Amino acid sequence: MSLPDDYLRYPHRRHGMDQDWYAWRPHFSMPARAWPNGARMAVWICTSLEFFPLNPVGKPFKAPGSMVTAYPDLRHFTTRDYGNRVGAYRLLRLFDDFGLRTSFAVNSAVAARYPQLIADLRQDGHEVIAHGVDMDRLHHGGLDEAAEGALVDECLATLREAGAGEVRGWLSPARCESPRTTALLAARGLDYFCDFVNDELPYEFDTGAGTLLAMPHSHELSDRQILVDYRHSEAEYAEQVRDQFTRLLAESEDHGRRILSLPLTPYIVGLPFRFGVLRELLRGLASQPGVWFASGGELAAAWRAPPAAVADR
Amino acid sequence: MKSDPGLYDFWPYRDRPRIAWPNGARVAFWVAPNIEFYELDPPSNPQRQPWARPYPDVMSYSHRDYGNRVGHYRMMEAMDRCGVRGSVSLSVAMCQHHPELIRDGVDRGWEFFSHGIYNTRYSYGMDEAQERAIIEDSIRTVREATGQTIAGWLAPALTHTERTMDLLADYGILYTCDLFQDDQPQPVKVAKGRLISMPYSLEINDVIAYGTCCATPRAYGDMIRRQFDTLYEEGAESGTVMCIPLHAYLVGHPHRIGPFEEALRYITSHEGVWVTTAREIAEHYYAHCYDAALADIARRQRSAA
Repeated sequence: MSLPDDYLRYPHRRHGMDQDWYAWRPHFSMPARAWPNGARMAVWICTSLEFFPLNPVGKPFKAPGSMVTAYPDLRHFTTRDYGNRVGAYRLLRLFDDFGLRTSFAVNSAVAARYPQLIADLRQDGHEVIAHGVDMDRLHHGGLDEAAEGALVDECLATLREAGAGEVRGWLSPARCESPRTTALLAARGLDYFCDFVNDELPYEFDTGAGTLLAMPHSHELSDRQILVDYRHSEAEYAEQVRDQFTRLLAESEDHGRRILSLPLTPYIVGLPFRFGVLRELLRGLASQPGVWFASGGELAAAWRAPPAAVADR
Repeated sequence: MKSDPGLYDFWPYRDRPRIAWPNGARVAFWVAPNIEFYELDPPSNPQRQPWARPYPDVMSYSHRDYGNRVGHYRMMEAMDRCGVRGSVSLSVAMCQHHPELIRDGVDRGWEFFSHGIYNTRYSYGMDEAQERAIIEDSIRTVREATGQTIAGWLAPALTHTERTMDLLADYGILYTCDLFQDDQPQPVKVAKGRLISMPYSLEINDVIAYGTCCATPRAYGDMIRRQFDTLYEEGAESGTVMCIPLHAYLVGHPHRIGPFEEALRYITSHEGVWVTTAREIAEHYYAHCYDAALADIARRQRSAA
């Protein structure tokens, strides 16, 4: 089987990236700046509240966490639902104990089904980030623009009706995008999105229909990746998060503000046998001086504000 | 298709001609950062698709981009602190996309060899002219960007044809990292000219260790130390080669770089370790070991016949 000659044509072989969404920016070339309150380290906890339908279509694939067995897969449905009933409330109490302000990335189906949960997390001062309609409504190129736009609209309208607040950020279900997703988000006036994992600081992302801030929502440090996919122990999970914090804090002395992005999943890290480890981990982080626990929206606003003074060194 | 690639003869790891590395070193140690560019939307190759998800697979694409944007600098500085020069397995289009990063390597005396044009252009199905074109492009591009003539090859995404090794030898490339049959270099059977296999290791590769084997950062450090301990012990009899192949999009994360650097320091703090580059290993091997290896392999083939 031979290849056509144009297999060796390289139309985007040029300085920078092979697309026009964002500029090439070597991480350590950034000017050293502080967060507005003078902190060098920000911790951004983002908890996912997901709804996994019992009857998934799975297009273009089943999102991680979807049903596994033949219908009706009660074991996975209820395991996931546990997160929104028990795990989320354990997390809310923990955040309250340590006085932490965080973000929740919420499928609008969760807000429609459990408006009390939205009211409770808003009451505690947490931010809601739009996370699509549910984990079986993925954004992908097989949707036409109207259908995908309707998904975004349904998500935002449902969240706002449920009292989620302004909603300035977006995380695509399963981080799956169509070629149009970011433009649809920008056209609806959102400020930032969290799907790309190529940076540890925000950067400007040109959607073609306006600019979004790409926010560094970690994949490799998520409880799902470390505890479920890599099957590391709870102690090893906590150790990796602490190592991440320690390294970023050390770098911030020369390079200025840093973000520890900590994505949490209530049905994973909210289980009783894991929860004690998370509590001790957050206790340790919260006891560090000069750490700013912020929501995604606060970080995005701070990033776009006029530069703060150079970090104290 | 063949049942055996026919690239080397059976040559058991016993009573081989002794390899003597410079200054009596037991282990020739090299580190191979893979500096790669993965295209968002490359042309389709019927034998392999670049991304698991439909276009645009923004998660996997951006994860690879993290290596060049963020992780690379942590990896490079850890190597600096341990006095290790990289032998870079390079998607040569990086010379166009991110020349700043290439210059950082040149300034450090790093070696650059070819890992294809992009890591999203696969050799499967290439005819001879196409495969020659990517070799010639690699030689020209790396020479223009670094002044170096590439000495080595690791096929893009480890995709090959039956003629790959013959073509590498035809262009005077000294070594290939594509063969994993041994912990010592050895001659590769090519149509004309010379080529050796350079031990590279898939198992100590961070992609396999972290990804496939799900190693924690400290477990990976332990694997590296144990790999070294065995090769160091055996190297007292005859020189061995240890390579750590790296990808900054994995090892360059804040939670991984510390334990990796500790393992690197463990190796470089031993006496009797030749901390070097693949090119220098290959040149030493051709000058001092190649002929004896060929003669020994031929003698064993005759006595087995």
